[in-house]
Amino acid sequence: MREKLWIYGGLLLFLVGVTFPVWRDAITHATTQPPALEMPANQKQCVAPTDYMLTSHMKLLMDWRTSAVRDNNWKYTSFNGKVYQKRFSGTCLQCHSKAKFCDRCHTYVGARTPYCWNCHVDPALVKGATP
Amino acid sequence: MFLFEKALVGSRRYKIWVGALLAYITLAFVVYLYQLNQGLGITGMSRNVSWGLYIGQFTFLVGVAASAVMVVLPYYLHNRKEFGRMTILGESLAVAAVTMCLMFIMIDMGKPMRALNVLLYPQFHSIMFWDMVSLGGYLILNAVITVNALHAEQQDLPLPRWLMPIILLSIPWAISIHTVTGFLYAGLPGRLSWRTAIMAPRFLASAFAAGPALLILLSLLLRKLTRYDVGKRAINGLAVIVTYAMVINTFFILMEFFTAMYSRVPGLTEDFQDIYLGQLVHTSLLPWGRTSLVLMAAALIMLLIPKIRRNERTLAIACGLVFLSLWIDKGFCMVVGGFIPSPLGTITRYVPTLPEIAITVGVWAVGALMITVFYKIALAVNAGEEEPAHAPIAEVAHSVTAIGSAAQASSTSLHPGLMPSGPDGRGAAGKDEQSWHR
Amino acid sequence: MKMTRKEFLKLTGAGLVLVFGGQELAALDRMAQAPGPNGAKPQRRKQWAMIVDTRKCAKDRGCTSCMEACDWAHNIPDIPDNAHQIKWVWNEPVDKVFNDYDVRYMEESQRTEPIPVMCNHCDSPPCVRVCPTGATWKRPEDGIVMMDWHRCIGCRYCMAACPYGARSFNWVDPRPYIKKLNPDFPTRTKGVVEKCCFCDERLAVGKAPACVEACPEKAMMFGDVNDPKSEIREVLAKNYVLRRRPELGTGPNIYYLI
Repeated sequence: MREKLWIYGGLLLFLVGVTFPVWRDAITHATTQPPALEMPANQKQCVAPTDYMLTSHMKLLMDWRTSAVRDNNWKYTSFNGKVYQKRFSGTCLQCHSKAKFCDRCHTYVGARTPYCWNCHVDPALVKGATP
Repeated sequence: MFLFEKALVGSRRYKIWVGALLAYITLAFVVYLYQLNQGLGITGMSRNVSWGLYIGQFTFLVGVAASAVMVVLPYYLHNRKEFGRMTILGESLAVAAVTMCLMFIMIDMGKPMRALNVLLYPQFHSIMFWDMVSLGGYLILNAVITVNALHAEQQDLPLPRWLMPIILLSIPWAISIHTVTGFLYAGLPGRLSWRTAIMAPRFLASAFAAGPALLILLSLLLRKLTRYDVGKRAINGLAVIVTYAMVINTFFILMEFFTAMYSRVPGLTEDFQDIYLGQLVHTSLLPWGRTSLVLMAAALIMLLIPKIRRNERTLAIACGLVFLSLWIDKGFCMVVGGFIPSPLGTITRYVPTLPEIAITVGVWAVGALMITVFYKIALAVNAGEEEPAHAPIAEVAHSVTAIGSAAQASSTSLHPGLMPSGPDGRGAAGKDEQSWHR
Repeated sequence: MKMTRKEFLKLTGAGLVLVFGGQELAALDRMAQAPGPNGAKPQRRKQWAMIVDTRKCAKDRGCTSCMEACDWAHNIPDIPDNAHQIKWVWNEPVDKVFNDYDVRYMEESQRTEPIPVMCNHCDSPPCVRVCPTGATWKRPEDGIVMMDWHRCIGCRYCMAACPYGARSFNWVDPRPYIKKLNPDFPTRTKGVVEKCCFCDERLAVGKAPACVEACPEKAMMFGDVNDPKSEIREVLAKNYVLRRRPELGTGPNIYYLI
């Protein structure tokens, strides 16, 4: 009998532990609704199709980074023929806001804030800070 | 892990020592996390003196690692049997020293999480790449040799045939690790005090003095604590090696001194003035450099007198002086001296900070822990091998492998200190561990 | 719609060919690789270089215009602790810059005259030779010694190798010490090495380096030293110039008119 108690008790504990994120979200009323991302007002199309950007934006950023910094190749021609400057602050962040776009989604999916921000600056923040 | 269980049991003294080391390592790790969080600004290094204690220790320890060759070479190439018990100590010391080297490299990095970039984007024109290759290779070679040598000893089998080429390869490889480390410095156009062709030879000479000196000290300590005796002949043989290396090292220093001071080329003399003479300005190096010189001279004189060298008590003092003087010279003055004066003629003081010293001692503590564990395992294996000498027949017959070792143990009663006096093997092991109390 | 990288590249490549008729691709190709056996005409390699006219520079002793322009353009922090300072272009007295030359009997004011020093973008840079990760390299097309702050592991071997003290390490997080942030240029993070990059980001858009542009006396001249017809070569042909520690064979590309 005693063994049974240990076995089933242990199993129960394990189940509770494993399903902890579900409990926690139920208690804290976390929502599964995707966050409302602020879309750029002045642009309709990103540098690549939305589906691609959704899954592979980091890949694109890395490719930009390598080809621009290391190969001195700053021009990027998108799938629809438009040419962009391969700049994170100068291109990406001209449309997207760190707080209302990047961070919102990263927080929602539980992705750690990437180290991009250790060096790259959100221009919106600077304009607000400096007179 | 192989034979690791032997390191988990031991006397109270052993446990206290290991516990204290572990406690300090934890503390040092916390300090390292602080460095990781704050950046290397918490050290005494600066824009002008951009390498310090960490890289100095790295350089010194590469030497200690390389010096294993000084017992491996006479034992395997010249069949000097007296080094037999010393070799396993030397090889495991090499493993510990290389591990410490790698740790010092890691803690000196500004972005240690990117360390793999060295492998992902290898640059064959960088000496640092080749240093990594030679150190990594040496670590693997010695780990393989140590593990298999212990295995062979435990099973009382001769060394496997395939191991011999690896052991032979480890000899030139040991020379290579310190040569490449010398090239790290000697190949830089702008640092005149480093840019000398005898940098690598000088590194090797000082390494073959400091490393074996440490090995002698460890062997003497081991005999005091555990009765494991490497044998007087091995110690004497090694003492002669230390003496020769020390003489050659001093010779090299004098060569450098002559070239600099007779040619009087400012770039060359500056280094000697900073470290030893203090004619220009009093830098933080001066007291260290002078201490090192005095200790070196004292050690050399002691070693050159046969009476002092052959007396273990005075030999221990001489070895301590050798180790300390070369540690100061190579682990501190050599690296820092290269940065003084800076390319723009600035003299920058470098004083290691408390966190920097705490982390450095932490790495040494890891090394001490590794040595403790390795030697514990080696001794346990060794004691186990000789167990059956006095064991009841039934127990001997119980284990096939024990028969061979019984035969060997009875034939090689060279080391009476190791002969177990207990009624059985377990008693012998217990006796061995008890000796930690003494 | 899921896309592999290959598909994506194909798609963008196709778009590129459609729009530019392959010109852009061909240009990229030329830039990316050295002229090969495909019959492409070998392009003459550029080598950006600079002449500092110390006589013009001396007109306004204590002027820091070039440094200020650089500091702002590249988000260089102003760290009070001397040991941790970051410097790209900065002033040093003449007798320290040219400590191999005899300036013993030079007038005190002249001897201690501050002149700008920076990375020399050497022909044979020791820093590039020693870098274990390729985080610093000499750009084949124009000779700039570049830095990739994404790649640098902070081993500081390049700092030991540089005979000019042109490299700085981020001992601490530089962000809190940046007076005015320039959002168009990244800051650096603690633990990487940095130095003057000859304003590669400005050259890419056809502008002269920030220091050259900012100098009120026009004491800095910038150009391609491999072009025999360039303005910079004309000055070099007619004047006696000094370079820092030329005996080391690094081939510095900053010339000083004395």
